[in-house]
Parts: sequence; C-alpha cells; structure tokens
Amino acid sequence: MQTRKPLIHETDGQVELTNEEIARYSRHLIMPEVALEGQKKLKQARVLTIGAGGLGAPLAMYLAAAGVGTIGIVDFDVVDESNLHRQIIHGTSDVGRPKLESARETIEDINPNVRVEAFEEQLTSENALDIFRDFDIIVDGTDNFPTRYLVNDACVLLGKPNVYGSIFRFEGQASVFYAEEGPCYRCLYPEPPPPGLVPSCAEGGVLGILPGAIGVIQATETVKLILGIGEPLIGRLLLYDALGMRFREMKLRKNPQCPICGENRTIHELIDYEEFCGIPQARAAEEENEVPEITVQELKEKLDRGEISVLDVREPHEYAVANIGAPLIPLGELPERLAELDRNRPLAVHCKSGARSARAVKLLRDAGFENVYNVKGGINAWSEEIDPSVPKY
Amino acid sequence: MPKVKIPTPLRQYAGGNAEVTITGKTAGEALGKLAEEYPELRQHLYTGDGKLRSFVNVYKGDEDIRYLDGPETAVSEDDELSIIPSIAGGCRGETR
Repeated sequence: MQTRKPLIHETDGQVELTNEEIARYSRHLIMPEVALEGQKKLKQARVLTIGAGGLGAPLAMYLAAAGVGTIGIVDFDVVDESNLHRQIIHGTSDVGRPKLESARETIEDINPNVRVEAFEEQLTSENALDIFRDFDIIVDGTDNFPTRYLVNDACVLLGKPNVYGSIFRFEGQASVFYAEEGPCYRCLYPEPPPPGLVPSCAEGGVLGILPGAIGVIQATETVKLILGIGEPLIGRLLLYDALGMRFREMKLRKNPQCPICGENRTIHELIDYEEFCGIPQARAAEEENEVPEITVQELKEKLDRGEISVLDVREPHEYAVANIGAPLIPLGELPERLAELDRNRPLAVHCKSGARSARAVKLLRDAGFENVYNVKGGINAWSEEIDPSVPKY
Repeated sequence: MPKVKIPTPLRQYAGGNAEVTITGKTAGEALGKLAEEYPELRQHLYTGDGKLRSFVNVYKGDEDIRYLDGPETAVSEDDELSIIPSIAGGCRGETR
C-alpha cells in the first residue's frame, strides 16, 4: 500500500504496540493502508507544530488521536478569550493559561500514549535549527510572514518537509514544501508583502471554523507523509474557498533561481527575518508619523466639560457591536466627508484599538485640521478603564 | 472574455467582486485593464515601476504565468486568470 518512502527517522529498535493501543487504533489497524506496520510508523514519528493556535489546535488534536508518538509544540502565547471561537484545543477554563499547558492537557487526555515536547519560547534564527533537528516533519501553523520564511528556510537547510497551511477570513491555502522533492515556500513567494498590506486575524477577522478545515488538511498530509501513502501536496497548492465551498488546485514548481533551494543557492544559513519582511523599517516610519494622542481618562474629563468632540472611524458592523455614541465616519470614507467635521473644535478620533484612528488623525492633520487627537487604546481602552458596560470585542 | 478571479484580501479594492470579466489578449493586458478599472488595486498588484509584485502570483488555469510566458502569456476567451496572494495572518509589526 506504500507508494512513497515514509518520512520518519530510522530507529534501531522495533516499535511495539500494547494491547491497549491495539484496541484504541483498531479502526486504523483493519485498513490495509495503515495496518500494524503503519500504526507503528505513526508511533515512531516525531512531528513539530509551530503554534498551538487556530491551525495548530485541530492539527495537534487529530495527530494525537491518530497516535503520532511525539508531538512537539512551539508556542509562548497565553490563551485569550478571543481565541476560543477557533482554537478548540483550549477551553473556557484555560483563559489566562499558557497555550502550551492547555494544549498538553488536551492532547494527553485524547491520547496518553503521546509524548508532548513543549518549547515555550519564540522561534528565532538562533534556536530554530536546534529545535527542528530531531523532528521528522514540521507543520507551519504560524500567523506572520517572518516566521513562515524562518520555518521554510530551517526546513530546507535541514532537509525536512514543511506542511504548510494559511488562512484569511474565508479562504485557506495548504501545501507541502519539501525541497528534496519539490518547491519550497520561497519558490512560491520569493518576497513577503510589505508590513500592513495584509491584515492579521485580529484586524481582518476570521471565520472560526476555517482554520479547523485547513488544520485537519495539514494533519492529513502529515499522516500520509509518515505512512508513505497517497499523493501528498508536494508541488501542489490547495486553495479552499469556504464561502463558495470550492477546492481548487494550482501547480507549484521549483524555482530554479530560488536562493535557498535552487540551482545556485545563496542562502546557507538563517537570516534576520524581521528585516527581510521590512518590519524595522515600518516601525521607524510609524514612529516618524506619530500623531498627538489623548488617553481615555483625559477624553472623559474633556467630554464632561464639553470641551471636545469625538469621531468614530470604525465600520458600521463594529458600531453595532459596541459604541460610545460618537458620530461614525468609516476610515475609508473620511477623505470625502471632511466637510462634515468642525475644524474649529478639538476632536478626538477613536477606533477599536488605536491603529486606524492614528491613520485618521494623520489624514486630518494633512488636510489642515489642527486640534485632532488619537484616542490611545480605542474603544477597548474605554471599556477597560472608563465604562465596562461597553462590550470589548 | 477571460475571467480574473479575485482573492478575498483584494476584493475590497475590486468593488467587492470575486470574479471580474476583462478584455485582454495576454495576462499582462488583462491585469493592466483590471488595474485601470479598479485603481485601488494597482498598488497591491504592481510596484512603483510597473512590475507585478512578487508576492502576488498570477495563474492561467492552474499554471503560474511565471513558468509560461510571464505577462506575455496568451489568454483566450475561455481562460481563467487567478490572483493568488501571500496570506499568513501577518500580524502588523508583531512577530510571534
């Protein structure tokens, strides 16, 4: 049934299954594509997931259920309420706990035979190669570009497969980047987008169920690579459109000019990925563009004295969730609606957390408004410090 | 006329459309017309000097035009171009 070489390390000893394990994996064992041989390979396998979040959560749970012997997790984040709509490995009682602790507990409950190796640290160019070295397969469940390039490069340098998944709102992508047999992530995307061009889940939102679908696709690919069955997504980009419920596939080719896996390699060690993704430059530019701020306490005081007006630059659907009664002009419409604002009155501009309103204040100042201030922390800070009856979202 | 599929992150700049029918005999022409019709899309597709951005991949059917004839890739009536951008979540300025 094997169609490819199983991507697990060689072992000296034979892996055995206990009677309890045999009972547990019965539905695997009765399939010729898995059978006892295959289940032993799963037990032998060592899989590392970068991130125990939206993608890592379903992935780790299903790999644990399948009997992957060692699951490594790299995550130094803490469970937040807003994670719970999609990161199903964590529950309500885990809010405030380190994600690693919560993930370990869930995995050990699903399958006590799984050994969890925890790396409660940020993945960096200094530690990636050492962390990855002893694992067979790396699964990329991260949520930012610098880490994706880091994971890719480390996998190429170590000759390991990188099971890739990414999501945005209602769409997902999945592939297996394995430079020994096909393209790597850099072959597909030689350069990252400039910071700020592609919103994060916190800014753009994400359908909670979506990472579930992609995470399980990643788990499926991982199991196939371990067992050496089926056709993996090497050289193929799977595109998932949840709203249309359509799957499409694009051919991926190895880029002969790829600097890390191509014919004339120029990258032989890990680099500074934040710099590669333009983040220090973006931070510096932001600092240059810093706008006058007002804290929510100062705003409350001025409002009570009738000294200031407020403008909300969020979207109507956000206004419906929570608002402080300020007039609403969404940021995108602001340039055309400046006439609605009184230039002579001091104005405090707010959004959800202070980022969009900062851009609005810059826009207004460029248009000649002098007394405009960015509400630091946005409506979230208002809810936390002034009026807890205003929902935080 | 060939169709261009617009990915979710770029739909807001293309009038909210998931698919746009556009004229053009080559991929380059079709994308150029797209950027003309939706000027906000231009900065997401092209660099300052008019080159297609490298984190935006364009496919004719299921083949990357980079491995066909690039912007000169011929596009016929029934062809479908897809814009496949880089998505990663990408926390603005934050890394984890």
